Amino acid sequence: MNYNWHWKVLLETEPGGTGTYLHYLLVGLAWTLATALAAWVIALSIGALVGTVRTTNARWAVRVGNLYVEIFRNIPLIVQMFLWFFVVPELLPEMLGDWIKQMPPPWGSYLPAVLCLGIFTSVRVAEQVRAGINSLPRGQRMAGIAMGLTQPQAYRYVILPQAFRIVLPPLTSEFMNIIKNSSVALTIGLLELTGRARAMQEFSFRVFEAFTAATVIYLLTNLVVVLAMRALEKKVSVPGLIAAGTGQQAGH
Amino acid sequence: MFAGYDFDVIQRSLGYLFREGMVFTVTLTLIAMTGGIVFGTLLAMMRLSALKPVSMLAGAYVNLMRSVPLVLVIFWFFFLVPYIGAWVIGAGEPIRVGAFWSAVITFTMFEAAYYCEIMRAGIQSIARGQVWSGYALGLNYWQTMGHIVLPQAFRNMVPVLLTQTIILFQDTSLVYVISATDFLGAAAKVANRDYRLVEMYTFVAVVYFVVSYSLSLLVVRLQDRIAVIR
Repeated sequence: MNYNWHWKVLLETEPGGTGTYLHYLLVGLAWTLATALAAWVIALSIGALVGTVRTTNARWAVRVGNLYVEIFRNIPLIVQMFLWFFVVPELLPEMLGDWIKQMPPPWGSYLPAVLCLGIFTSVRVAEQVRAGINSLPRGQRMAGIAMGLTQPQAYRYVILPQAFRIVLPPLTSEFMNIIKNSSVALTIGLLELTGRARAMQEFSFRVFEAFTAATVIYLLTNLVVVLAMRALEKKVSVPGLIAAGTGQQAGH
Repeated sequence: MFAGYDFDVIQRSLGYLFREGMVFTVTLTLIAMTGGIVFGTLLAMMRLSALKPVSMLAGAYVNLMRSVPLVLVIFWFFFLVPYIGAWVIGAGEPIRVGAFWSAVITFTMFEAAYYCEIMRAGIQSIARGQVWSGYALGLNYWQTMGHIVLPQAFRNMVPVLLTQTIILFQDTSLVYVISATDFLGAAAKVANRDYRLVEMYTFVAVVYFVVSYSLSLLVVRLQDRIAVIR
């Protein structure tokens, strides 16, 4: 293949004048991480709640939980992105909708992107949490109740502390997914890493340099996340279990 | 609440949405599924190979694909495929490839990495004695794989393969980023032309939901029917 590589382009100044292209891409990484982390907080809180509720014997709550999971699992991420960005502000009361639509540039895309990714991922977290709780021996819950704990207490002191440690490995891969999925936010105008790589390709016409640089940055980010999570898993692993959690086979 | 909305726009564009858009989406999904499963199974066999370089090569490919966002992979192939094509046929200039074929190649190559991991789990779930009895009968590697291991592995994994295909069906909507006219792309064009974003995107979400949810119910029923009783 006769493509002339020109790696020095990374050190040239980008047209916006904020610095080199490399700097431009790294700011993109910062936006990727800022989106992923904020969305992760939403995903973990809602996911833990919905996942737990679906293992209780409150039937209506289980139904609501199931409905929530099915809705957000069966609509493509990009379509959900469009719903949050284009549709939701229109359906809100006019003042609130206008406030959202008039937010200054990055925030007008950032807020919908975070909400969308957070809720999209919460469904997957909920499935992992539910699987984690169901993987515990029934005896744990029964023993808790037999000791006189109420159901909420059994969850708080017996089931959840074990379940959360069991689901940590599958949650790691969900965290990596949220970083990757944040790239879909470029479709609503958020200039995160992939969005900036595409913009760089348009400004500089250096297609493969831009995408190679972005790919390498993603790979390094993954490596850091994997190493950090492995250390965390070691620290909180439940003594006496061979391995924990059920890896998810299908995925994005 | 719906005053000022024009839901007729959906009815007026139904033909375009389904005959152009949905046909694109479904064709892309089916071709990428077939290609992805074939290529993914080969990758899985490579990953399980006793030859270190072969398994490492396949492992590197799968891990690379699984570490990068699909959107970035779509961009990569969109720009790379014309160069690869020129290299294959020996042309001096990058050749022109339409959005459809670019998408087909992208999704086949990308999904193969995910199908590979499913097939690998499937192959590993087969008892080792099955392979030994194959060899004891005088079959070679390809015969043992083709007649004994893969049919069983495939059967065990059909529900997971189909679940992955539902995800693939949803993920094909990302071809929006290379301006292809899939179901979402067709709806987006109508939405922007008539300025009916709320109506069109809500409709798109409902259609995707109905299709994906029905398919997932079918997968659950299939799972119950084909489960091997052990």
